[in-house]
Amino acid sequence: MCLGVPGRVIAVEGDVATVDFWGVRKTVRLDVVDEPVAPGDYVLNHVGFAIRRIPASDIQATLALYEELLAAEDERDPMAADVAGELRGGGGGRP
Amino acid sequence: MTTSAFVPLRDPRRARALAEALSRLTSRIGRDPVSVMHVCGSHEQAIARYGLRATFPRALDVIMGPGCPVCVTDLPEVDEAVALASSGVRIATYGDMLRVPGTASSLAEAQAEGATIDVVYSVSQAVELARTSSEPLVFFASGFETTAVATAAALLGEPPDNFSVLSAHKYIPPVMEIVAEMPGNRVEGFLAAGHAATITGWGVFEPFVVRHGIPVVVAGFEPLDILAGLVRLLELVLEGRAEVSNMYPRCVTHEGNRRAQDTLWRVFRPAGGNWRGIAHVPSGNLRLRDEFAHADARRRFSIDLTSLWGHAPSPLVAQCLCGEIMAGTASPAGCALFGRACTPDAPVGACMVSSEGTCHIWHQYGGRPFLGGDS
Ligand code: SF4
Repeated sequence: MCLGVPGRVIAVEGDVATVDFWGVRKTVRLDVVDEPVAPGDYVLNHVGFAIRRIPASDIQATLALYEELLAAEDERDPMAADVAGELRGGGGGRP
Repeated sequence: MTTSAFVPLRDPRRARALAEALSRLTSRIGRDPVSVMHVCGSHEQAIARYGLRATFPRALDVIMGPGCPVCVTDLPEVDEAVALASSGVRIATYGDMLRVPGTASSLAEAQAEGATIDVVYSVSQAVELARTSSEPLVFFASGFETTAVATAAALLGEPPDNFSVLSAHKYIPPVMEIVAEMPGNRVEGFLAAGHAATITGWGVFEPFVVRHGIPVVVAGFEPLDILAGLVRLLELVLEGRAEVSNMYPRCVTHEGNRRAQDTLWRVFRPAGGNWRGIAHVPSGNLRLRDEFAHADARRRFSIDLTSLWGHAPSPLVAQCLCGEIMAGTASPAGCALFGRACTPDAPVGACMVSSEGTCHIWHQYGGRPFLGGDS
């Protein structure tokens, strides 16, 4: 019940959106989301209500944040350098 | 895959690097164990599903606190729903609520004896059901603030007159205070649930960190979200910094979703009440405001609980450790009934009933996900 599941908006009609969740289409209410939602956006859904619009670009920003975290950690601990190096070398090419 | 933007948040290489950072931070903190608590069934599910516990260092104890709304629903709340159902009122509720034991019986047992109970996945569906007839329909509403927002939106959306709500909704921030003050509690930091914070904003935790001197990190639900949240939390513990850190910025802002908060607080007010197995939690329950008395099942029906109290609860119930597990002082492995007398098919306590309960999750993912070792 407590699942915040993200899905991609296919269509919007009034206060209701059709959203794709990993291949399953559902209708989601837009009554409480605090930004306009358009097809192509991601939304965080909770029990049939969108609670947040997530621009796709934010996913990349999240990954950058995690790499920053590792880089900061790595400055304090030289032994972590190899791990961070591996991360930087292999982290960028994934879909 | 249309949701492929999220695939990188499961990247094993990054996960491994974060897990190694966890090991280093835990040994640098130097205590055994270092205990941190999350308060969300979705965090526990992700930890179990992706096998993250196996990657945690042995000395890091990640405890699931009172993060399962069904598990903390108090006996009298279940009893109210059972009494209404048994008196012939049609009830709609989330599937997890069906088998939660009340004093004498669960809703599932009432259903077996002829009560009409519909399982819904959304309050909107319950409203639709109410529209199909003129008979009264009571939505037995459980869940934390995130779920309560949906109930509130439904009530503001002009549901039909025969629709009312029996609220067992709970509000998370006050229970963190209770857990932090519990004698014997060893929690050095909290991982807060990203979707609840999506609504409330991360600012809601600022007074808490000041009062208790413990850091709070807001984290999401993908494997990397959780690992990165824990890394950040251990950094704050190591540096002795009691502050709030937001590791879920793609969803959570300082002030949160104002529209959703307005919706929530227009319909609900905080009230003190018992959380099963935990304690009385001041402001921990969400009850309907007077303006919504017409849609409040507690005021529309006179609910008679005495009929239920002639029955003795199962003697096994006395051995259930759900409360201790949610307070972080025991784990399912410490319960003699776990996996034997208590299973998801024949649950003794609410923690085994709900798909968000610690016992249920541990049972589903192979019993004891503490795989140990120093991996
Ligand atoms: S295994 Fe069953 S009886 Fe034991 S603590 Fe969990 S829910 Fe309670």
